[in-house]
Amino acid sequence: MHVPLSYYLILSAILFGLGVLGFLLKRSIIAIFMSLELMLNAVNLSFVAFSYAWQQISGQIFVFFVIVVAAAEAAVGLAIIIMIFRNRASLNIERINLMKL
Amino acid sequence: MLDFLWLIPALPLLSACVLGVVGWRLSKRVICTLGVGSVGLSFAASLGMAWAFFQLAPEQIPIRSSYFTWLAAGNFQVEVGFYLDQLSLLMVLVVTGVGWLIHIYSIGYMAHEGGTYRFFAYMNLFTFFMLLLVLAGDYALLFVGWEGVGLCSYLLIGFYFLRDSASDAGKKAFIVNRLGDFGFLLALFLLFRTFGSLDFDTVFGRAAVLPAESFSPGQAGVLTAIALLLLVGAIGKSAQLPLYVWLPDAMEGPTPVSALIHAATMVTAGIYMIARSHILFAHAPLALAAVATIGCLTAFYAATIGLVQTDIKKVLAYSTVSQLGYMFLGLGVGAFTAGIFHLMTHAFFKALLFLAAGSVIHAMNGQQDIGKMGALRRKIPYTYWTFLIATLAIVGAPGFSGFFSKDEILWRTFETGNQVLWLLALVAAALTSFYMFRLVFLVFHGQARYTPETARQIRESPRVMTWPLVALAVLALAGGWVGIPAALGGANRLARFLEPVFASSHALVQAQGQTILHSHEWELALMGLTALLAATGMGVAYAIYILNPELANNLAQTLRRPYQVLVRKYYVDELYFAAVVRPLHWLSERVFWQAVDVRIVDGAVNATASRARDLGRWARRLQSGNARSYAAWVVVGAVVILSYFVFS
Amino acid sequence: MSAEHWLFFFFAGVAVLGALNLILQRHPIHSALSLILVMASLAVLYLLLGAEFIAAIQIIVYAGAIMVLFVFVIMVLNAGEEERTSLSRVAKFVGLPLAAVFLVEVCYVLYRAWPSEQMVVPERFLGRTEDIGKALYGEFLLPFELTAILILIALVGAVVLAQKEP
Repeated sequence: MHVPLSYYLILSAILFGLGVLGFLLKRSIIAIFMSLELMLNAVNLSFVAFSYAWQQISGQIFVFFVIVVAAAEAAVGLAIIIMIFRNRASLNIERINLMKL
Repeated sequence: MLDFLWLIPALPLLSACVLGVVGWRLSKRVICTLGVGSVGLSFAASLGMAWAFFQLAPEQIPIRSSYFTWLAAGNFQVEVGFYLDQLSLLMVLVVTGVGWLIHIYSIGYMAHEGGTYRFFAYMNLFTFFMLLLVLAGDYALLFVGWEGVGLCSYLLIGFYFLRDSASDAGKKAFIVNRLGDFGFLLALFLLFRTFGSLDFDTVFGRAAVLPAESFSPGQAGVLTAIALLLLVGAIGKSAQLPLYVWLPDAMEGPTPVSALIHAATMVTAGIYMIARSHILFAHAPLALAAVATIGCLTAFYAATIGLVQTDIKKVLAYSTVSQLGYMFLGLGVGAFTAGIFHLMTHAFFKALLFLAAGSVIHAMNGQQDIGKMGALRRKIPYTYWTFLIATLAIVGAPGFSGFFSKDEILWRTFETGNQVLWLLALVAAALTSFYMFRLVFLVFHGQARYTPETARQIRESPRVMTWPLVALAVLALAGGWVGIPAALGGANRLARFLEPVFASSHALVQAQGQTILHSHEWELALMGLTALLAATGMGVAYAIYILNPELANNLAQTLRRPYQVLVRKYYVDELYFAAVVRPLHWLSERVFWQAVDVRIVDGAVNATASRARDLGRWARRLQSGNARSYAAWVVVGAVVILSYFVFS
Repeated sequence: MSAEHWLFFFFAGVAVLGALNLILQRHPIHSALSLILVMASLAVLYLLLGAEFIAAIQIIVYAGAIMVLFVFVIMVLNAGEEERTSLSRVAKFVGLPLAAVFLVEVCYVLYRAWPSEQMVVPERFLGRTEDIGKALYGEFLLPFELTAILILIALVGAVVLAQKEP
């Protein structure tokens, strides 16, 4: 008996859902950002599972690119977070409300 | 020659356009030359046309010239084309001839007024539309001319637009006309529906082969409906009961306007139209009877009002309404030729009466109340004698033009068995004689009822004004000689000239009615009776206004109530105001303006705006600046989209 | 139950617990460490699926570089514990329930979709380095080069953004 594909996908879904929860519930910007990374990881798992199931390498290539882009995004995002911290002296997302019309 | 038919209306149109566009820059001399010259050339062209017409063989009449297709929609087609037969030729000659004389007179009358270019532009435009009306080859083009003369009438009545009463009168004329035009339009729709075309030849050709309809209202058919609706239009345009109220008010316009439009030409458009549609009317005896009855009643009614009016032009206005009633009576008993004959003679003597009255007003420096005139006959002789000739014509003094035409109408009314109508018309003739001579005696005879200072300033009008008076006087005197009836030994050339036009209808009406052809003795007897009554009217007027001036006032006091009713014109204007104008005004103001326009229309527009604003205000709450709610919305959106894909 | 099952369930459980811990912890540094744990267990799962290159990359790049960056930033900013403030109303009443619903429905669909696909058969492993290399420099050359540029841009951007004010 081998592990069915759907188990991997369900795991991916659970991780993604937890990432969404963290995205909505956390107040620290960095924690929100980390939830974002969690979501990306969940998606990566899904890609690799499909790559195996359909015997195509392009799934893993996609994961490769996701990781690269996540890296770039993390760099820039953290730079922005540093700037925000400098300006507002707080990492609480509710303090960052200058976007209001 | 006949190919140049289009020149006749085109020349006044051209002049009107030029005067309208650049007239304000031109000198008075140029304006008058242009305005009068164009109509004069038109008249000359009409004479040429008439000469060419007489050379034609009977089969070649009527001449049709078609210029271009104006409307083409589905199977509805209207060509712009002219139709020249005896009737339209006669009308063209009258319109251009009398019109030309009036234009010449206007040079003198309007010499002291401003806006000369506007005046002549409108007059020329009017001439164009009137010519279009009488030359039209189908009902649609006729309607264009119909509306056009109505427009020019409005413009000219309100010529002194700075005066409230003048612009009100202009509006009244146009609006009351509109009521008649509504009937006319309905008639046009029915015509198209019944015959599939508005072209005269097509309509009359198809109508001629239909059987004549029944006299009783219950069984009359579509031809009666069409004819009655056309009659409504004619009632509006030719000022018959109950749509005559605009004509007395139209005297606010300059006197040449009253002469041309409200005596000689525009008001005769209704009569021309009925005469042109004679085939339709001949097939609808009920409508024809309505024409005769309305005409006769109007003739009598207007004569009664004219008895006591004190404004010289108002007397003449009611006289016009009355005489138009005579023409309607003539048409209504089937004597189409007689009606047209009276139209022609009326154009001569009524235009003359108005122009002479204008001359009087001019001499009296704007005074129009005959109560303040008197003993003018030695001071303004040309005016006096021409006025007298016109008066003799209108009352039907033997030998003058009005005698022959009015008597023919009365004779034919009697002959076709309409004794009641004949009697009423006879009484109206007596009244006509009375009030016309009353006018003459009060204005020109008797004591001078004005200050010596005013008397010093009275002088005869300039030649440019008196020459047309003389010309019209000649016509008023001799114009009836083309229609001398057989009873007096004449050949009645006019009737024979017009006979080919009306032949079929004359026969049809005779077949329907109870025409008893009396002998010439009867005719002479009735002629004598009419002349006697005319003389009686004159005599009574003489007795009251010359011999015993106090008698007039005493009578007015004794018969106070009837006198008041007549002076106040049977309170018709007040009645219309209360019954029609005020409710409409209320409706406009309360319902359409306040309820519909303000609440519903504006309300809808404003409501849309405020809904949009409220929607925006509600949607703006999305932009809270709160990043977490943004995040939440992102998730919501993602869930919705994914659900769509999962479940569709 | 075979070894794959055990491995799978154990490391799946670790991943889920790590994720839960990420959400529940108040101090960001604890959340960061939990995330590293999640990534490590995911790397094992990748190995289970025969994606050896990807597993290595996951550890080296994702857990080893990106998460280290996160930890650096947390330390530098000296971010303290989170404050207690209330959830945005939308998130509480709309977002959470919807997320839960979403999760359940996706799981359901997934379970029904592929009940029979069997995974983790060693003969079917692919994802060796040379396979990835061939695909990357073959079919996916253009995206590869573009990501190089992307990283360059991100590098420059991060440096510019995080500069101290002059």
